[in-house]
Parts: sequence; C-alpha cells; structure tokens
Amino acid sequence: MKKTLTRTALATVLAFSAGSAFAAVKVGFMLPYSGTYAKLGEAIENGFKLYVQEQGGKLAGQEIEYYKVDDESNPSKGPENANRLIKRDGVDILVGTVHSGVAMALAKAANDSDTTLIIPNAGADAITGPLCSKNVFRSSFSNWQPGYAMGVVAADEGFKTAVTISWNYAAGKESTDGFKESFEKGGGKVVKHLTLPFPNVEFQPLLTEIASIKPDAVYTFFAGGGAVKFVQDYAAAGLKDSIPLLGAGFLTDGTLEAQGESAQGLQTTLHYADGLDTPRDNQFREDYIKNFPQLPPDVYAVQGYDAAQMLDAGLKAVNGDVSKKDEMRTAIRSAKIDSPRGEFTLSKAGNPVQDMYLRKVEGDKNQFVKIAVEKLADPARGCKL
Amino acid sequence: MDPAILLIQCLNAVQYGLLLFLVASGLTLIFGIMGIINLAHGSFYMIGAYMAFALQPLVAQYLGGGFVITVLVCVVLATVLGYFLEWAFYSYLYTREHLQQVLMTYGLILVFEELRSIIVGNDVHGVPVPSWLNGSVALGDVMTYPVYRLFISAVCILIALLMFWVLNRTRLGMMIRAGASNREMINSLGIDINRLFRIVFAIGVALAALAGAIAAPVSSVYPGMGNAVLIICFVVVVIGGIGSIKGAFLAAMLVGFVDTFGQVFFPAAAGVMVYLLMAAILLFKPEGLFKH
Repeated sequence: MKKTLTRTALATVLAFSAGSAFAAVKVGFMLPYSGTYAKLGEAIENGFKLYVQEQGGKLAGQEIEYYKVDDESNPSKGPENANRLIKRDGVDILVGTVHSGVAMALAKAANDSDTTLIIPNAGADAITGPLCSKNVFRSSFSNWQPGYAMGVVAADEGFKTAVTISWNYAAGKESTDGFKESFEKGGGKVVKHLTLPFPNVEFQPLLTEIASIKPDAVYTFFAGGGAVKFVQDYAAAGLKDSIPLLGAGFLTDGTLEAQGESAQGLQTTLHYADGLDTPRDNQFREDYIKNFPQLPPDVYAVQGYDAAQMLDAGLKAVNGDVSKKDEMRTAIRSAKIDSPRGEFTLSKAGNPVQDMYLRKVEGDKNQFVKIAVEKLADPARGCKL
Repeated sequence: MDPAILLIQCLNAVQYGLLLFLVASGLTLIFGIMGIINLAHGSFYMIGAYMAFALQPLVAQYLGGGFVITVLVCVVLATVLGYFLEWAFYSYLYTREHLQQVLMTYGLILVFEELRSIIVGNDVHGVPVPSWLNGSVALGDVMTYPVYRLFISAVCILIALLMFWVLNRTRLGMMIRAGASNREMINSLGIDINRLFRIVFAIGVALAALAGAIAAPVSSVYPGMGNAVLIICFVVVVIGGIGSIKGAFLAAMLVGFVDTFGQVFFPAAAGVMVYLLMAAILLFKPEGLFKH
C-alpha cells in the first residue's frame, strides 16, 4: 500500500513537471537581512515584490519563485553565499546587493556561471566599469554620478574652491573624484582632499583643517552612522553657516531623524528625492505605504522596484523563457524603465542613464529643488562592452 | 600651520585622548587585575550609549530628570549588569586559558549586538545635547568649539582623579592592588577575593558605560559602535602596560595626539600611525610604558 502511494505521488510529480512549458522563474535575493544594512535589504525586497504583485504576481506570464540569502554585508562570505543561490537553488536571476565589496564578489560569481545579475544598490564604479559584463545590470547608480552632479551645481553657484572629505575607501574616492571632475571643468578648484580611515568617526582634526583652509564649499561622501556624526560635528564646529556643506544623497538619506537640526538646509544630489510630485511617484508611494506601512518608501525601495521592472522588460521580450539569456539581456539593456524616480534607460555597461536631482533638507524630507544634471550617464571607464 | 590652529588641534587631541582613557581604564583594570581578556568591553560602551538614548524619555517621564540623571541611571544599571555578568559568566573564566576567555567574551559581543538589534533596531539615532551645555566657544575667526566637548573632558579628568584617589588612598584600592599581585595571599588573609573581583568588574563595566553615555550626544548611537572602540582601547591598554591606570592615561593621551596629528600631517597613513606607535613602543618596552 505504502509503495503504491509513493509511486502514485512520484508519477504525479513527474506529470506536473513535464506538463508546464517552463518552470517558474527563480529569483535569488542576496541582500543584507542582518547588520547595519538590514533595513536597506528589506526595502529593496519590498520594492521588488511590490512591482511583481502589481503585475498580478507574475512577470510575462511566469510565476516568480523567491530564494533568499543573507549576505551579512560580508565580502569574505560573498562567493560562498552567491554560490548557494546559483548552485544549490539554481536561480535564473540574481538580485543583490547593498555593499559594494559583496557586489563585486557577486558579479564575479554571476559571470562565472553566466547568471543574469541585477544590482539594486551597490555603487562601485568598477562594476559597470572595468568589470562590466553582458549579464550584469544596475538599477541604482554609480558612485561617480551623484558626485559629478554636485560638482556641476557647485560650479554653477559660483564656488571657486572646495575641499572634499570622505573615508579612505573606494566609494568615497569614486564619489569625490566625480565631484572634482565636473567642479574643475566648471572653473572651480578642489584645493584639498581629506580622508580618514574607515570607519573612524573622530572628525574633529579634519574639521579644524577645513576651518584653517576656509574653502568656498565642502563636498563629502559619508553614509549611515558616519553621516550622522559628520553632519552633527560640522554644525557643532560652527562651520555650517560659514562654509556650505554639499554631499552625495546618502549623507541625509535615512539619517535625518538622528541628525536633527544640524542637517536642516543641507544640499545633496541623488537620483531620487522627496516631493518629486509626479503621478508615477505619488502612485508608487501610496501603494508602497499601503503594503508596507512600517517602512516609509525610500530610494532603496525604488531601486528594488526598478530591478523588478528591468527583469520584467527582459522576460517580456522572450515570453518568459529564461533560457534565452542573450535575447533577454539585450532587451533589458535597451529597455525604457518607467521608474518612480522618472524614466531612465540603461547605458551599454548596464548602469542607469538618469536625471540627478538637487535636494534640500527641509524637516524630515530631502525636498526636490531642481534637476542638477539631466540624463547623466556614467562614463563607464575601462568597460569593453 | 598657524599657532591658533595648532592649539585647536592639541585641544582635539587631548579631548579624544581623555575619552579613550575613560573606556580603556575599565578594560585595563579587568585585564590587569582579574587576568581576563574581555573582548566584550566595547559592548559595554555601546550599551551605555544606547541606554543614554533609550532611557532619556523614560527618565524624563518617571523621574522628571534630565541628562545628568539619565547618565547616573545608566551607570547604576551598568554596575548591576557588570555584577551579574561576573557572577553568571566571568567568574568561571579565572582558571581557564585565554582562548576560552576570548571565545566566551566574543560570544557576548554577538549576544549584545543581537539584543541591541531586537530591542532598539538597526537605525542610527541621535542623542540631544542637554540644553544647558548646548553653546559653543568661538575659536579663531571661523571655528567654534562645542561646550559639550569641554564638558566631556572635564568629566573624564574628574573620573581619572577619582580613580587615582580610590586606588592609592582607600582600603578598597589597597585590596585591589593586593589582589592583583597575589591572589592566594589576600584570600588567606580573610578577604573575599571573589567579591572583590565582582566589584572590580562592575566598576569596569560602569566606566565603559559612562563613557558611552556621555559620548552619545557627540557620537550618536549606531550598530557596531562598540567594536571600533574596543580595538583602539586594546592598543591603549597594551601601550600603557596591562593593568596600569597611570599607563592607560599616558597611552590614551599619546594615541590621541598621534591620531589627531597623523590625520593632519600624514592623511594617507592615518590608519596605521597608532599601530606604528604601538609597535615602536613594544619594541623598546615589551611590557608597555608601565609594567604592572
């Protein structure tokens, strides 16, 4: 009796798997679900699922099956975690991650196994630069982009000299290099680049340095706890009113509650802002709040949402058949994404060509001021695609 | 560099050094006197800071107190926590080898981080500076120096003086010094060494938590804040000589100056300056500046 049952069950399973044309599309999330970036990972996943849900739970007629791995924002575990999704779960599409170091490892694993990867945050220039690859896309930004946009703004405002300051690591350097490039093109001069070791937050000596140099403006790249402390210390040192502080958007994203008064009026550049007030963005925010009332919609949710849109564009072109990898990737690369941030396309290297916004902190919002640079494309230096 | 700026940088160095001393003094006490490598010391700093953040509204509501009361509540709670931890965990470690001590105290780091994540979450939070300390002093023509930072330094100096007095002039200090040099002897003289150690440990935890609590308004509170402090504190303890409060004080000042001026004059090598200092000192004084 037992044997017959097993046999029947087995036959049913076989019949089912042979019956459907293709199995569901397997999407693997490799995101931080613990540690400092846990909330970012959650927002990205929420955004992604929101889009799929809006399409009736299917993309191009295909069921979507989710697999999850917590990457712990730990680069040394990157290859191992990526392979759990690629080899063990056999995912068709990888979505990840926040931390640039982990994303590099992830990109390498994706290249080795010829898996399509959509990066919903990590901004390392190299991923869509020297390491670019036909199967790797980004729904977020390159570190160069916000920096370059702010350099344009700073030069336009007539600042002649600037000091840049960041942690002594790749993201900081890429961002401040972007600023320097456009600021000096616009006639300004970066007189000094100050750094301190990551994740040191004893800024006082460098603030004193800034006070002794007295530049027209300061451009900075900090995020998370470092951003909170830098903004507070900058104000406490009395520099805020005499030397304008400019930054990449992460300086004031998700940190405003902690920064309080000291962040008011700061100007930053990013590819998303509060108060864009377009029908598309308003609709997105309303839906997002309805589905995830505990987390307000932010740039990370948008990046997750757009990762799903990019996948959708690819799947539609191949009628949901993920085995047609090349066709699908060509379709993603040439897609026009109707993002809440505003429409964007992808560069050859797979990075968004998007409007960069100038924002100003008002209360707990990064209020939209103007478009700093329209359709800004990362130069993708070193990419051979 | 013009003299005014140089002076401000010296002030920065002293202020950073003093805060380091406050955290490191607890570590060196526990390390030197009880012989325990306490990796969880950074967590106590973190706990102090998070308590200052989380308890502030509660204290205002139920005790009607402000910042000072909050800090006092933090210190009292930390002392109780330290007393409990020594009884529940650390007291089993005295006779064990260092590897086991490292494993257990590392485990505690993970436990405390996870608890922090469950109770307060993973957000960065600011702690407001008390209004009566919110001013700033003008330094030079562009820069101002927050009064609160001067307040931190004053508290650190006060605590340092208090510690010297307790260790050198009181009966408790005498017992602590005696217990450190010969555990069996002091036990045979009828002094309860276990109780003594429990008190020392509680004081160490309280010092770290106090440092965290008063640093919170300038450092804000964020996940992983304890680990960064832990490493630099071990540097201070090793340079100063394990167990020596005097050594910890001098070492903290040295680290403060080297770190500050390293950032200004050798920005590219700022990350290694402090460790070079440690290596150089250990080369000539393998047991640190003050041998215990």
